[in-house]
Amino acid sequence: MNILLPVIILGSLGAIFGLWLSIISKIFAVKKDPKTEHIFSLLPGSNCGACGKAGCYGLAKALAEGEIESITCPVVNDVEKDEIADILGIKQSETEKNIATLICGGGKRCKDKFDYNGPRDCNIALHLMGGPKGCSFGCIGMASCVVACPFDAIVMGDDDLPKIDRKKCTACGKCIEICPTGVLVMAPLKSEYHIMCNSKDRGPDVMKSCKVGCIGCGKCVKTCPVGAITLDNNLAKIDYTKCTNCGACVDACPTKAIVKR
Amino acid sequence: MDLAKFMTIAISAIFINNFILARFLGLCPFIGVSKQTKSALGMGAAVIFVMTLSGFITWLVYRYLLVPFHLEYLRTIAFILVIAVFVQFVEAAIAKLSPTLHRAMGIYIPLITTNCAVLGVTVLNVNMFFKDDISVGFSFAASLFQAFCAGIGFALAMLLMSGIRERLDLADVPKALQGVPIAFVVASLMSMAFLGFSGFKF
Repeated sequence: MNILLPVIILGSLGAIFGLWLSIISKIFAVKKDPKTEHIFSLLPGSNCGACGKAGCYGLAKALAEGEIESITCPVVNDVEKDEIADILGIKQSETEKNIATLICGGGKRCKDKFDYNGPRDCNIALHLMGGPKGCSFGCIGMASCVVACPFDAIVMGDDDLPKIDRKKCTACGKCIEICPTGVLVMAPLKSEYHIMCNSKDRGPDVMKSCKVGCIGCGKCVKTCPVGAITLDNNLAKIDYTKCTNCGACVDACPTKAIVKR
Repeated sequence: MDLAKFMTIAISAIFINNFILARFLGLCPFIGVSKQTKSALGMGAAVIFVMTLSGFITWLVYRYLLVPFHLEYLRTIAFILVIAVFVQFVEAAIAKLSPTLHRAMGIYIPLITTNCAVLGVTVLNVNMFFKDDISVGFSFAASLFQAFCAGIGFALAMLLMSGIRERLDLADVPKALQGVPIAFVVASLMSMAFLGFSGFKF
């Protein structure tokens, strides 16, 4: 009996309170916008913040209340995007699927200026005399982007360059944000050819540290049949909106800096 | 009405045994929500409110439920239950009745659920105002008043801390100490200052 009494009293106290709370929650129920909830359930829920809102719920609320009109989430897949567009009654324009893309072919092939023994972090390494790599524009290879990627889409390859998994990459842009040298860019998924160099040095200086860099010779510019490549600051750039994926530039490049993905 | 007794309770709860700076209860919101004066005031107001009403309910539960059945040893778990349910109820009620107040105060209320200062004041009440499980004179009023004053003391400490931290933002703090570390240093200095009140012990 001694043990029974406290159990009964505390148990009934808990039961009464529980019942009371459930009644209260019915009486004081605040109507939540079912639209917001529905949209929220369709969003990825990883709260990466790439949409510019505070998490997925923030975006769902902004969409439901008409604060923003286009689905700015870069992560959500097409099926769910269409469904959200149906809920909102808006026509979602065909957005191009993007992917984070590396534009540096250096890695192990780029000579080191000195032995670096500091913390393995690109941003820290860059502050020490422009980084240990001979080319201060290229990939430092300390995997800051691998750490930053919330979707495990980036791994470091054997050549000390990050490899981006095109299936896993959601184009959230976290890696681009963290990369101190800007060798990660957003490029359309369908673009096959990339100039794997970010060096704005003159040709001879590029060749000193890295044999696969762009020396700014301009051969690709002349070869490109649609005029998609331009030369700026000793560096060729492909305009992805004009590129037709013909691949003519690959053969023209003397340093093999243009690569098919 | 014994006025001197209530004065003693007030001064004791607000200054001498300030719940944050002398008893070291409720440090989580003290560090977490003291970055801006506005949010510190909101938190302080919410704590005063919850503490007072928890003091009210827990006294009734203790006096009319636990004491008659000789279950005083269950007070901690019973009080936690009461406070948690009560805070949930208050939050639901505020969300429905005053959305404006809920937006201003709503995020702090769930924080109070597990705030040890609230449990502390209720346990302290039954320690101080019950003698051999019989309520001493003005026990109920004194409990209510002490809970209210403890809330005031909490709000006061929050307000002082937020004022200092707002100024601290402009100061040149060494990088290693920026943010929470310097807040702890400030808290310890404030605590030492408040311990000076112990000299006035009644």
